[in-house]
Amino acid sequence: MSSVDVMQETGAKTPAPRQRRLTVARALNEAIHQEMATDSSVVVLGEDVAKIGGVWSTTVGLLDAFGPARVRDTPISESGFIGAAVGMAAVGLRPVVELMFVDFVGVCMNSIYSLAAKQRFFSGGQVTCPMVLMTSVGGGYSDGGQHSQTLYATFGHLPGLKVVVPSNAYDAKGLLASAIRDDDPVVFMFHKGVQGLGWLGTVPRAATHVPEEAYLVPLGKAAVTREGSDVTLVGLGLTVHHAIDAADQLQKEGISCEIIDLRSIAPLDRETIRASVRKTGRLVAVDDDYMSYGIGGEVIASVCEDASITLKATPRRLSFPDIPIPFSPVLEQGVLPNSEKLVALARQAVLEK
Amino acid sequence: MQPGQAPHGNLHHRLWMYEAMVKSRELESRIKTIYFEGKTPVFNMAKGPIPGEMHLSMGQEPCAVGVCAHLRPTDFVTATHRPHHVAVAKGVDLRKMAAEIFGKKTGLSRGLGGHMHLFDAAVNFSCSGIIGEGIAPAVGAAMAARIQGRDDVAVSFMGEGATNQGQFHEALNLAALWKAPVVFIIEDNAYGISVCKAESTSVASNADRAAAYGIPGVFVPGNDPDAIHAAAGEAIARARAGDGPTLIELETHRLEGHFVGDTVEYRPVEERERLAELDPIQLFRSRLIGDGHEASELDALDAEAVRLADDAISFARNSEYPALEEAFAHVFG
Repeated sequence: MSSVDVMQETGAKTPAPRQRRLTVARALNEAIHQEMATDSSVVVLGEDVAKIGGVWSTTVGLLDAFGPARVRDTPISESGFIGAAVGMAAVGLRPVVELMFVDFVGVCMNSIYSLAAKQRFFSGGQVTCPMVLMTSVGGGYSDGGQHSQTLYATFGHLPGLKVVVPSNAYDAKGLLASAIRDDDPVVFMFHKGVQGLGWLGTVPRAATHVPEEAYLVPLGKAAVTREGSDVTLVGLGLTVHHAIDAADQLQKEGISCEIIDLRSIAPLDRETIRASVRKTGRLVAVDDDYMSYGIGGEVIASVCEDASITLKATPRRLSFPDIPIPFSPVLEQGVLPNSEKLVALARQAVLEK
Repeated sequence: MQPGQAPHGNLHHRLWMYEAMVKSRELESRIKTIYFEGKTPVFNMAKGPIPGEMHLSMGQEPCAVGVCAHLRPTDFVTATHRPHHVAVAKGVDLRKMAAEIFGKKTGLSRGLGGHMHLFDAAVNFSCSGIIGEGIAPAVGAAMAARIQGRDDVAVSFMGEGATNQGQFHEALNLAALWKAPVVFIIEDNAYGISVCKAESTSVASNADRAAAYGIPGVFVPGNDPDAIHAAAGEAIARARAGDGPTLIELETHRLEGHFVGDTVEYRPVEERERLAELDPIQLFRSRLIGDGHEASELDALDAEAVRLADDAISFARNSEYPALEEAFAHVFG
């Protein structure tokens, strides 16, 4: 097993001194730069992606490096430019398209749900859709209910889309490179809470060592972020950091947590989840999408469906309640998942008779 | 103000427009200052008494007042993510609006909506944070008025960027097909975040797009409250009379960034420097004085606007945050 493979298995390492540290935003940007440099079929489209390098700094410098034919600012016409990307992908390009906020998906759902996701199937494999739809997700900064959702399950639910959610910069770069090289449509959902932008709060831990050279992190493979024996905490994106904070707290109480970072929700790496719960016997899933029909339910079902797993406690889930996201900071912070709530649930699971 | 009356009552409509512009400006100036509280020295959008994105309408006030001067409380208005000037001109409760922007329980929506989601059912005002999403609801509200036998109209405000959304075209066709009593107002501030209109739109004038739907298209240059008032008056009278929709494109200026904190480096320096000279409130004030109004008369309107803005901000600051249960109380009835 090469060193890269080790990284793939275990997720991001704590960087040694003098290692290069990048934010998620810079890691994503570097991945696109490198893929565009090695593959002339990669093109970038989206609102504000060219001249200012993207609202989330994902496309900084691409216009200067690769020119306006390959890096295009679009009108506010998501249905049009995402549909156009499907057409580009059908005939040999690899478009990387940015949907500024995932919340805007309502205006372009058809291009994603009915076109991108179904090209390969409807054509019996003749036509593929090698496109990446990058989009920002998540709240916690009082941007109101049309700019703060994650909508993970909305995408994970639909057959035909691969869905990726990185929690740190190392994974972000490798997953995006894999997504661009993949022959199927990948929805790449980067969480604003880990993006590392100066003007938005971020989890410092999400900025990690990122090798300069291109590398791949496989799609559809979860990472065991931390090994433990008493309870398995399963998260994705920002909530992996809630799990790490909760595990640190619980360790002081003598509770050993194993942390799974899903990294992809479609395909979902059910086997890594099952292997962990087979060991710990306890499961708490945490995500910041709406609860019902969501990630937590799917993770729990994956475990409950496996007769070889003996649970020592009822599986639990922590997610956003089934309400639109309120603006007022006291309300939003009050209902968002956090490490304290996760600690309480994990403790309950361990104490359950 | 009673249903059926224009909002300016006994005040001359030009003075009403002036005061409403100043009121919006004074409120937004305070919001801008307070927005930076808790966000310095490190700017973090999540912090301070007004967290989240903040889109100010400074410079675009003529669009709001020129149109809303013709509207009654029973007329229906949808605005955008940049809604304050329209809300003020439509007569939205200033105190409750400020409190909503602060996320307080005394806000229009008890703090659930925030500055991009201001709803005041008492004056039929709402706005939405997603581009182009208010256009079709305005057509629907206009049709409802007709079906219910009212002579009310609906007005949809949008930025020039919204005209490239599918919903713009679908809604205009519907409105034309159904002869809906609706007026579409494009506030053309030339930029959709960083992308200028020439780089996003295939035609130089969005008013030309009206022809595709067989409705009148009007372009009003100059960010001029009087000219906007005249054009909007004609279109709204036409809609009220049952003669169908009109598309009006207004040249306007965004004096601030897309949001507060936007460094606006994408705009040419000369263009940014020119903005101060284009302040429509100063220009309109000069014109009013040139037309014979006393400066003292305008000063009195300024003072009233300042008083109302101060009062609204103070109300918002002194209000309490909502209780957590409030977040769960309004999903269903």
